[in-house]
Amino acid sequence: MHFYVMQGLNGLALGALLFILSAGFSLIFGLMRVANLSHGAYFMLGAYVGLTCIDRGYGFWAGVLAGGATVALLGGLVERLILRRLAGRPLQQVLVTLGIAFIIADACIWLWTGDPRPVPVPSGFEGVFRFQGFVFPKYRLFVVAVACALGLALWLLMERTRLGAMIRAGVDDMDMARAMGIRTSVLFTVVFCLGAALAGAGGVLAGPILSVYPGLDSDMLPLALVVVILGGVGSLGGAFLGSFIIGFIYSYGQALLPDLAYVILFLPMVLVLTLRPRGLMGRRTV
Amino acid sequence: MLHRGKALSAALLSTVFLSTLLPPGFASAQSDPIKVGFMTVRSGALSAGGRQMEEGLKLCVDQYGGKMAGRAIEVITADTAGQPAVTKTKAQELVERNGVDVLIGPLAAFEALAIDDYIRQAKIPTISPSAAAEDMTQRKPNPWFVRAVGTSAQPYHPFGEYAAKELGYKKIAVIADDFAFGHEIASGFQRTFEENGGKVVQKLWSPLNTPDYGSYISQIEPDVDAVFAAFAGGNGIKFLQQYNNYGMTTPVLGAMTTVDEGVLKSMGDEAVGVISAGWYSAANSNPGNKEFTEAVRKQYGADPGYYTVGAYMACQFLNNALEKVGGNVEDRDALMKALRSVSIDSGPYGKVSIDDLGQPVMDVTIRKVEKKDGRLQNVVVKTYPATSQFWTYDQKEFLAQPVYSRDYQPAKK
Amino acid sequence: MKPSLLWVAAFGAVLILLPQVIGSAYYVNLCSQILIAAILASSLNILVGFGGLTSLGHAAYAGTAAYFTVYLSAHAGFGYLAGAVMAVAGTTAMALLFGLLALRASGLGFLMITLALGQILWGIAYRWVSLTGGDNGLGGFTRPQPFGIDLADPAAFYYFALVVFGLALFAIHRFMHSPFGQSLQGTRDQPRRMSALGYNVRSIQLLSFVYAGFWGAVAGLLYAYYHQFVSPHVLHLTTSAETLLMVIAGGAGTLFGPVVGAALVVILKNVASAYIARWMMLLGAVFVAIVLFMPDGLVPGVSRLFRRFRNTRRTAMKNTEPDAAALPPTLGKRSA
Repeated sequence: MHFYVMQGLNGLALGALLFILSAGFSLIFGLMRVANLSHGAYFMLGAYVGLTCIDRGYGFWAGVLAGGATVALLGGLVERLILRRLAGRPLQQVLVTLGIAFIIADACIWLWTGDPRPVPVPSGFEGVFRFQGFVFPKYRLFVVAVACALGLALWLLMERTRLGAMIRAGVDDMDMARAMGIRTSVLFTVVFCLGAALAGAGGVLAGPILSVYPGLDSDMLPLALVVVILGGVGSLGGAFLGSFIIGFIYSYGQALLPDLAYVILFLPMVLVLTLRPRGLMGRRTV
Repeated sequence: MLHRGKALSAALLSTVFLSTLLPPGFASAQSDPIKVGFMTVRSGALSAGGRQMEEGLKLCVDQYGGKMAGRAIEVITADTAGQPAVTKTKAQELVERNGVDVLIGPLAAFEALAIDDYIRQAKIPTISPSAAAEDMTQRKPNPWFVRAVGTSAQPYHPFGEYAAKELGYKKIAVIADDFAFGHEIASGFQRTFEENGGKVVQKLWSPLNTPDYGSYISQIEPDVDAVFAAFAGGNGIKFLQQYNNYGMTTPVLGAMTTVDEGVLKSMGDEAVGVISAGWYSAANSNPGNKEFTEAVRKQYGADPGYYTVGAYMACQFLNNALEKVGGNVEDRDALMKALRSVSIDSGPYGKVSIDDLGQPVMDVTIRKVEKKDGRLQNVVVKTYPATSQFWTYDQKEFLAQPVYSRDYQPAKK
Repeated sequence: MKPSLLWVAAFGAVLILLPQVIGSAYYVNLCSQILIAAILASSLNILVGFGGLTSLGHAAYAGTAAYFTVYLSAHAGFGYLAGAVMAVAGTTAMALLFGLLALRASGLGFLMITLALGQILWGIAYRWVSLTGGDNGLGGFTRPQPFGIDLADPAAFYYFALVVFGLALFAIHRFMHSPFGQSLQGTRDQPRRMSALGYNVRSIQLLSFVYAGFWGAVAGLLYAYYHQFVSPHVLHLTTSAETLLMVIAGGAGTLFGPVVGAALVVILKNVASAYIARWMMLLGAVFVAIVLFMPDGLVPGVSRLFRRFRNTRRTAMKNTEPDAAALPPTLGKRSA
């Protein structure tokens, strides 16, 4: 019993982490059909920027903001200068986003020496909750809360705001949206910046759990892809659901079937996709 | 434009032509610099260790003023990117294109194994500054290979005994990186720990790229006396922080690399109290180490750890051997023989000699992380002098058993 | 002789004379590596370039064949030929299975299934230590000596690889220009029309998938002979990604694009890194530059430049419309 509850909590925390990681990817893919393979690198860059802020004494929350803002700026530049020339050309997007990922990853080693670094838990969230013999880190519960809040905020943004309405219109039918006078050019930049900002801020938020090290980018990118594809491409709800499913599968799976530790994340995805190619909540195949 | 191109190629051609006319070794061999091929990692996940290796090697070469046994030392550095196939290409490049006399490197065991056959074929003396795979100096010894660091398990034979006898632990859970290095460390520890009355009740193997150790930490049995955590690279940082976050109070025993100085500098209080074993500690006060650590601190602003000292000592081994052969690297057999009989009395390792398979016999220390002089240090608690890779076992019997692996011995409930 | 045939002949002659020209064993070895990478990239090109199926798991076939052959020939006591045949046959059978799974989806779903299957194989290679040696890999393999030719000699191996490379390129070229290959390109450009015309789109794609797997396995065989060693890195996602980048950077859907891409990546990785510590950054920048200046890849981009150059010379000054005619049909408008 204790085991199942504890691994359930762990799965919840990991799921939350995965949603924070993949929300931005899902958002960008949903509107722009760009599989942004620099996403892992954005995540890592954000974490490094945040860490530098913390080192300089500005504190964790400033670090989250700085990480998000820096990466948003970078994302905006990439979108304006490069990606918009490649609309509807997925191969070129693969090449360029992976190329950018290489550049960022190598630049991080250059700028931050490649030493693995921990990110301190922000004050107020150190320590653990104890309840009836269960012990769980406070910060992980906080991460779960952040993921839920983020999910809610993105849902509100999409369903209740003008921007959201425009994005939805864009997702459903780009030409129609354009015909209706939505400035898709600006919209794309805004969405890309937002997605990038989520990646950057997410890197800092995940820092106290994942720490920051060269290779964080390539460790995280497949996870983001798995979550987004499993949940259904372009569906934020799907990404939310996919994150937690993966979180649970991972935490129970590696404990109960340690011999499958390496395939535990990919086996279910192959199963889901072969049975239901559009993913769990995807509206159409891509 | 055309003219310049022609002139250039003419010049090039004539140089090539001339050089083929001159007898080999025309520019007297003894005054040529000794070429050292240095394989490190500058890109990707292992680059921190690679940088530390570069620092260690540079410090050593600089200390000798770029000259050993009267000949200039020229270091040619290659980036293996931590990939076996690239490592092999780089080894070929260094040997065949750059014509190096000796190789120092590579970093990871799987890289070293990828060039194992090549080293034999090319008969190129190779000094390992880091790669610790047991069998390279045990069941599959390579006559052209000598190691300047311990084998994976070398420090953990004494450590297992120490944990059982001196710390009095009875039940221990092991968690280790799921690759050969982790398997070998854990098995060496388990062997002597259990021979001295202890019991490893649980073994958890976490993949190298485990995002979150939470689900492993939750599995650790609550009634163990200690957790032996064997991690490499940045995983020690991640594990110890998460272990602390989960409010765990069971004592942690570490591998040398779990709390290596290279990562210890980034750790917080969660590392304090971790007891580990290793063939080196920056805090060791043996003569020769003090000057070394001070030099490293002065030059690079941090304590030396596994990779720094490994490369530094690889270079010291080279110097020691070069002195013996009078700088004559052209006689590779003699150089290799000298490398295989290196003996150094004082330095970072203290006293060190080489056994007949090319593996150092060296002091192993038990270290405890303490905060001293405002930084975390591996303070030496006990020294096991002149420890062989075979510990106190008979070499023949030791080698008759299979190499340490994930399935060496299952955990006993 | 058609000019394109002339080019091919010249290209072939250069490749044949190459070892004599360079001399140094190191560079000959490097050329062998380029050839191996080029075969792998060309096999992936069948899917990516001609079939519009972006696979991010193509290392699976090279890696599996490499493991099979090293294991069978060096550890299980089979001869080279038997080991090689079984390795290629086994890997091709695996490609059939993988194709059945992956072709359930298309677009990004296809990409993800191939990625996941590749990761699963990597996990098996890493975890199944008793068979694969785990992260330490499998070594102890020597190069064969077919017909008394010792492939341990760099030049001999180069020619061996060159023959296989020539065969592979020729076979892929013929395949693409066969009615079947044409129908594959049809499924890429007009899947609906193709099925309306009575073509079975799925079987066409599946057969091509298996064919690509076959040549991937052949590349893996050469990889094992070349390195005499195999470890999980050959199955890793980075190998798959690199191969995909070779195809796209060189020019997907062209015969020589993947070859040029392979040369580019192998050279940057092995040669440039000797001079530039931050060569990864350079590699990334080169990819970005290619997309910006030659979005269809190096081979189409350069040949367009070449044609534009010829056109401007031919039409001298009276030219008013620049190069609209010289533009090849865009390759990008497929599989959104």
